[in-house]
Amino acid sequence: MEQVKQISIFSENKPGKLQKITKVLAEAGVNILAINIASSNGFGVIRFIVDKCDMAYERLKQKGFTVSLNEVLAIELVDKPGGLFEVSSILSKKKINIENAYVLILGSRKKAFLIVDVQDIDKAKKLLKHENLHFFTGQKHAKRTMA
Amino acid sequence: MMKAYWQKDIETIQRSDLESLQLKRLQQTVRLAHKNIPFYQDRFSELGIKPRDVLSLKDIRKLPFTSREDLRANYPFGMLAVDKEQVVRLHTSSGTTGKPKAIFFSKKDINQAAELIARCLVMTGTTRGDVLQNMMTYGLFTGALVMHYGAEKVGVLVIPAGPGNTHRQIALMQDFRSTALHITPSYALYLATVMHNEGIEPARDLAIRRAYLGSEPYSEETRTKIEKFFGIDVYNSYGLSEMNGPGVAFECTEKNGMHLWEDNFILEIIDPETGKPVPDGEKGELVLSTLCREAMPILRYRTRDIVTTIPGKCRCGRTHRRISRIIGRSDDMIIIRGVNIFPQQIERVLMGVKAVAQNYQIVLESYDQMTVRVEITKDLFDGRVEHLVNLRNEITEKLRSEILVRPKVELLEPGTLPVSEGKSIRVIDKRTL
Repeated sequence: MEQVKQISIFSENKPGKLQKITKVLAEAGVNILAINIASSNGFGVIRFIVDKCDMAYERLKQKGFTVSLNEVLAIELVDKPGGLFEVSSILSKKKINIENAYVLILGSRKKAFLIVDVQDIDKAKKLLKHENLHFFTGQKHAKRTMA
Repeated sequence: MMKAYWQKDIETIQRSDLESLQLKRLQQTVRLAHKNIPFYQDRFSELGIKPRDVLSLKDIRKLPFTSREDLRANYPFGMLAVDKEQVVRLHTSSGTTGKPKAIFFSKKDINQAAELIARCLVMTGTTRGDVLQNMMTYGLFTGALVMHYGAEKVGVLVIPAGPGNTHRQIALMQDFRSTALHITPSYALYLATVMHNEGIEPARDLAIRRAYLGSEPYSEETRTKIEKFFGIDVYNSYGLSEMNGPGVAFECTEKNGMHLWEDNFILEIIDPETGKPVPDGEKGELVLSTLCREAMPILRYRTRDIVTTIPGKCRCGRTHRRISRIIGRSDDMIIIRGVNIFPQQIERVLMGVKAVAQNYQIVLESYDQMTVRVEITKDLFDGRVEHLVNLRNEITEKLRSEILVRPKVELLEPGTLPVSEGKSIRVIDKRTL
């Protein structure tokens, strides 16, 4: 399965922060595929799945944002009732705990993916290797491996 | 290391000889102040005392205190003890409210202030051949100029850089191989952040060996942080414009308290409420009297700085007593829910937490609520909300056990709080009286 990386940005919870971040991405020609915002009493973490993740990461870092990059699972969901149930059943069977999850939708509802943030990505990937699951493949990666 | 002294005889003088010298100089100072300064004449007659009543060092307790307000009330020339023609330098110490304080120096006073700095520099190993980058503010503030004159006296090459313009500062360090810095702790921390971001490793790329930090109170943890980052020795410096500026008290290489030059100042530690001396080794307000100043002698000046004396002899051989770093300023003291808190206590806790960057702010929201705003380090951010929540809880708990009040803690991205290139404003008081 291909690597899918998520960008997380630490941010004070106040008006204009998301605008500043997305401006950097827009100017870099980065396309946002999915977004998720988690906030806790004054601060938040904004997460993105983008097409050019390494480039977006570098650009945000340069601009002084507090940003991190980590690998996540991006599991295809079948667009019918019970789609999420199937995937979550497999995760549950394999005892993979979900730290955080959100959905990525591609091409006007043609395909949807469940983005799953887990504690141990390598272990999770190994556990899911032989399951009948499809994963997202559309992200461009820089040649060098992530730090 | 070989022990180095600038004026060995006076630095290692026997206590009994020092005390006779102090008494002689105190009597001279009292006579001078009484003769030429109407403010002291009035105070002496209010207290029913005469200069000749000072027969022993203990008699200093009969003398009136001088407060900041007294200096302000006598601004501009009221505290001058000599003719204006004898004065060659004016400094002012700005207050946040009202009039500034004017501090005058005669030629002899400037020379004496420089001698004290020379002792401090030589004591910590800075000597001819060293390059001192002086990053304090030049101008009305005494910090930079007094150090400048003292360093020149030793024969050090002084770079009068002043504060700010961080990239030029780094370039100066690179081009002229500065070996010593004179800098405020908050600017040193900021400089470290900039160097870190730009991949400069001081131990590898620069020639700095020591830094003199003063003009703001800071904690032992901050010293350690700065020493580690720069790979240098940091020495604590204490001074105030009313008492010449820097060089009043200074750390030797033992780094255990600052020797206060007692041949130039009489030191008392008092209870700020009662004005009575506190027992040896207990904390209280530092009160200083000048012994060598001619243009502007000051008796029993209330510094507002809370310190202790450090008991015992120092291994460096100097006999002048040591004071602790500033525990607090009696003015800075915050009272929340009836508990006395010094901002330095909060800084000490924060600087001991790895994920905390250099900058923080204390906001007093009301008489029972305080918010501590803390910038986190970029490197330790891993994207997990629960780690941030844990960090916030950890900081809250550590602060609570230190200051006995549970503050609200806000985590901020680096660069959110105003950056200081001089004295930083750490406490924002939103309370209305």
